[in-house]
Amino acid sequence: MSIRSFKTSSIKTGEKRSKFWDQSAVIVNGAYEAIASAAGTGSSGTITFSSIPATYQHLQIRCLIRCDEAANAYRDLRIRLNGDTGTNYNAHLLYGDGTSAISTHRADANTYTYITAGLDAYPRNLVTANVMGVAIIDIHDYASTSKNKTTRQFLGVDNNGAGRVFMSSGLWRSLSAINSVSIISEAGNWTTQSQFALYGIKGA
Amino acid sequence: MATYEPIATTTLGSAASTVTFSSIPQTYTDIKCVIVTQEVASGSGLGENLLVRVNNTLPTQSQTTISGNGSSASSNRKTSQSYGYIKIPFTGSNWGLVEIDFFNYTGSTFKTYLSSTSGDLNGSGEVIRTVHLAQMTTAISNRIQFEAGSNSFAAGSTFTLYGILKA
Repeated sequence: MSIRSFKTSSIKTGEKRSKFWDQSAVIVNGAYEAIASAAGTGSSGTITFSSIPATYQHLQIRCLIRCDEAANAYRDLRIRLNGDTGTNYNAHLLYGDGTSAISTHRADANTYTYITAGLDAYPRNLVTANVMGVAIIDIHDYASTSKNKTTRQFLGVDNNGAGRVFMSSGLWRSLSAINSVSIISEAGNWTTQSQFALYGIKGA
Repeated sequence: MATYEPIATTTLGSAASTVTFSSIPQTYTDIKCVIVTQEVASGSGLGENLLVRVNNTLPTQSQTTISGNGSSASSNRKTSQSYGYIKIPFTGSNWGLVEIDFFNYTGSTFKTYLSSTSGDLNGSGEVIRTVHLAQMTTAISNRIQFEAGSNSFAAGSTFTLYGILKA
């Protein structure tokens, strides 16, 4: 593990229960490289990969997720970039719930302070033990300073009779290069079973 | 060890009803299978399904799917199965593409995996995304097997297994 943990007291954020990690080393081999990873702590609903190097073409984050909120239900997955808490985000979602295919959006102007990647997309803590949500998040051309940033998500959860599978896109209306990505639970804390891994994909 | 590396590839020289990756290395964080295939009928007809078996123990599997076929979008679900089911659209020289991502395959939580199917057949076709659950707390270790039901995978089908390692 090549990450260092920082206490929130040492970092200015508008987010409660945040933890930040700063990768101190990178495994280097090939065009697809592991940058950093983290596990849920049971005491925070936010995982942040910070100080992301600008040396890749694209980023991918792979997640195994569950939150500790006591309910037999599911929660929304949210993404925030560079710690920006302004209303600078939009999303479109296409999902299946086992009965219907549904398209919806979180695209109202100046409303959302995060990208909504999935709605009721991972389990709370009274869902069957050991059932986990999963997500793959792709952020292309993340280091550009001339483009707003578009993300793509593929995620879902199944619990033998319940569940949802999502394809979604997100928009961060900012020309800034992305140097941090936060994966945020709608409520509760990420359980210690939860895992998050950040990868960089090189260009030629 | 590389972050994203091929573990094994099987290219069928002749039709086969099953393709198996055994003795799965336990050294990665996630594993991914990339499959290009068609089925040929050896039974009562083409079921167009690729069945996913994990380990020798046949854990209970279930899944939720969304798909679009050019005219409409739909969603369906399977519960309490012994296999994961992935539909393969194909015809003539148009082959179906499947990617399967197994997360935390050595971990002690149930195994959730995502499959993505793409098949465009010049006038028809289907795009499919599925989340699968295999109710097993043990590692996926001794087998990932793809079965063609009562049919066979066509000669020329390719199955590649990759390992993905976190930092």
